[in-house]
Amino acid sequence: MTADAGAKAAALADAAVAGDRLALARLLTAVENRSPIAEAALRSLFPMAGRAHLVGITGPPGSGKSTLVAALIAEARRAGRTVAVIAVDPSSPITGGALLGDRVRMQAYADDGDVFIRSMASRGHAGGLAPTSAAAAAVLDAAGFDLILIETVGTGQSEVEVAAAADTTVVVEAPEMGDEVQAIKAGLLEVADVVVVNKGDKPGAQRTASQLRAMLVATAPRDAGASSSGPRPKRPEVLITTAATGDGIPELLAALDRHRGLDRVGESTAARHTRAEAHVWAILAERLRERLHDDAHATATMALLDEVADHRTDPYTAADLLLGALRSDDA
Amino acid sequence: MTDRPIKVLIAKPGLDGHDRGAKVLARGLRDEGFEVVYTGLRQTPEMIATAALQEDVDVVGLSILSGAHMTLVPRVTKLLTERGMDDVLVTVGGIIPDVDVEALREAGVAEVFGPGTTIGQVADFLRANARPRG
Repeated sequence: MTADAGAKAAALADAAVAGDRLALARLLTAVENRSPIAEAALRSLFPMAGRAHLVGITGPPGSGKSTLVAALIAEARRAGRTVAVIAVDPSSPITGGALLGDRVRMQAYADDGDVFIRSMASRGHAGGLAPTSAAAAAVLDAAGFDLILIETVGTGQSEVEVAAAADTTVVVEAPEMGDEVQAIKAGLLEVADVVVVNKGDKPGAQRTASQLRAMLVATAPRDAGASSSGPRPKRPEVLITTAATGDGIPELLAALDRHRGLDRVGESTAARHTRAEAHVWAILAERLRERLHDDAHATATMALLDEVADHRTDPYTAADLLLGALRSDDA
Repeated sequence: MTDRPIKVLIAKPGLDGHDRGAKVLARGLRDEGFEVVYTGLRQTPEMIATAALQEDVDVVGLSILSGAHMTLVPRVTKLLTERGMDDVLVTVGGIIPDVDVEALREAGVAEVFGPGTTIGQVADFLRANARPRG
């Protein structure tokens, strides 16, 4: 990193923390583009992050995630809290382009300096978020927002990545989206701290909520006690909301706060540890990739990848050889 | 560092409800590889400037068919400048009489696209004139 990038990063980070929204927006762009100034800024901002409540909002396309986010912004603002939103929509796997349409539902806050909404394209990432969503959340956290809502792309059954990025994960379902068997499949519903049946004014909302409660809460094993350190199924609260009218939103915000209270007491020290591990692992993987493509290693790395592509070397052997090459550097 | 796609805000200021053109363009630019933020109907200039700033877009495309462009467009460009976004490319599409084009350019509009413009022409113009930042 050049001294220039370092100075620019420091200036942007200082301004963003001081409340300069343009600096914050430009810093988020740097993070999204993984520019050299982003890493320098993230290093200096990291100690200031960790105070916000990070809430992930996920669920199938059209279940009402964006409308729910808009309703949560309104409720949190009534309670005097500042709110930032990261809204992820998919990038085209063909052109790399994206249509980011979540703001359509979040129009009412143009004059409110305590609300900051940022759309992100998923840029080829498949887990429901963009590759840099967690880093963007850390920047918004350091900038002092109380509540950070991370809205995923429309998800199916297994895009559980948001649970690692958020303190509290909300899975949004619409009425009549499936029977009880859907509710006991592994995957998305398992990572929910709160399950919301949105569009509560539609027929079947009560029945869907009852089925989810029956399958997720009543059948989940009770707390196995402090002696059990293994992973335990969550026992999510199941709520009904009508985001378009605001019905059920105060109750949802209260449920988020309750979960955060549990979280702070230590229920999910393990979850925070998991998140830290995932974060460090992702950076480590990126660092390894960079080193294996630097001037000293790029030729050998590419040759080895060619061998794997041609089935002359198996990928396990190739990985071991690459690790060995780095180890001999360090010796 | 990888080059990011050019990020474009497509917005409809004012009160006309004709958003088909804006949606077609948003979709078309998506297919041309742009990241398009679509904000929907009935935007105030303040809403557009706020969205442009928070999203840190490279381009703001305004679609107007109501005839109110001489009121709305200069307010958007003025707000963008006031908020430090004077390096954002602003374009206008819709029904704009020829006699107004020069005044819009003086207000900071880079190009006016009328009926019959193809998606490809818009995309080429944006690629040639937008400066991806950051």
